Amino acid sequence: MLELKKVAVSGTLESSDVQIVLEPNPGKGIQIDLESDVKLQFGDSILETVKKTLKKMEVEDAVVRINDKGAIDCTIVARLQTAVCRAAGIRYDWNKEALNASR
Amino acid sequence: MPAAKQHLFRTSLYASGASPVNMQQAVFYNEDCIVYDMEDSVPQSEKDAARFMIYNMLREHRPLEKHVQIRVNGLYTPYFAEDMQAAVLCRPDAIRVPKVESAEEVHKICARLDELEKAYGVEQGSIKIWCLIESHIGVLNAREIAGASERVEALVLGAEDFTASMHATRTKPGWEVFYARNMVLMGCRAEGKACIDVVFSDINDLEGLKEDARMTKTMGFDGKTTIHPRQVDTVNAMLTPTQKEIRYAMRVLDAIREGEKNNKGAVSLDGNMLDVPVMLRARNVMALAKAAGLKIEGDYYDM
Repeated sequence: MLELKKVAVSGTLESSDVQIVLEPNPGKGIQIDLESDVKLQFGDSILETVKKTLKKMEVEDAVVRINDKGAIDCTIVARLQTAVCRAAGIRYDWNKEALNASR
Repeated sequence: MPAAKQHLFRTSLYASGASPVNMQQAVFYNEDCIVYDMEDSVPQSEKDAARFMIYNMLREHRPLEKHVQIRVNGLYTPYFAEDMQAAVLCRPDAIRVPKVESAEEVHKICARLDELEKAYGVEQGSIKIWCLIESHIGVLNAREIAGASERVEALVLGAEDFTASMHATRTKPGWEVFYARNMVLMGCRAEGKACIDVVFSDINDLEGLKEDARMTKTMGFDGKTTIHPRQVDTVNAMLTPTQKEIRYAMRVLDAIREGEKNNKGAVSLDGNMLDVPVMLRARNVMALAKAAGLKIEGDYYDM
């Protein structure tokens, strides 16, 4: 399990971007707070992307505050990956991506 | 040295790794090369974010008809190592490396690329390098840089940093970069590599851009970096052969073919002898026309 050590922010409020604030939430699981102009149409899809990414990065306890400005999936994933690494205080192991690609 | 392989590199447009909307929109313009940027357009505090943005964007939405490039941070920066890992995983057509000054640096970059391609299962040698020449040392070493490796596909002259290294002032006429343009171009031609000209910085001056792009073409560059989408079509048009140039090239090739059929050693057209340089220029025009997708009757593309 990847432990988050501090509050971290990534992304911007620019159109087509998403700002994510990640906080440690020890022992209390994942709690997601989503604000989005397209929450009705894409809210479920955004939540699924966030949960899937957190699972892949082995984050089990976190408060995730999302302010979405129409970001596409790959942007949400990228911003979340950045926030996780910043909150955990780690450098990302890019070699994992090569292993994932070969599976 | 053999002539550079014919690719279409008329225009390059940067898309900042700090801006998702910039990257999403850049694919809709007509640039031949799209350059996803981890360097100058990304603040230091966002270098980590840019890697994730570019990696995920290219994995899910890679443009199919463009030459895909990634500009990493410089060899001596703390970002280079991770930038290269993320970049190789993206499998771009080329990686742009800024501020290259020597063949030795190219060898270091190639060695790192060899390791990463092998580690990540990428076809060895498939990712090319475009070296950005941005200093007086780089200009002086242009030929050795161009010839340092088979991976080096092109050199790109960066005027802003170059003029800073020369203590010069950047101007629209561009005399302060004239010598550098020639040095880098000659180095590329000697080694059979492509050469990309400097940017024109005033995005509101389209007439000035046309003049500068005319100089780019006259001098023999293969392309030009653009800094705004509104510059792309103007530069593409200038660097694509005109109808007049194509018609003349066809007449040259017809005359040469006729001469060969009649066993004539020397051939002329409009009172001018058609020697090897004229023929090569005609073939080059037809190759560019073909790469630009222009439809021409006859078998001129195979001559």
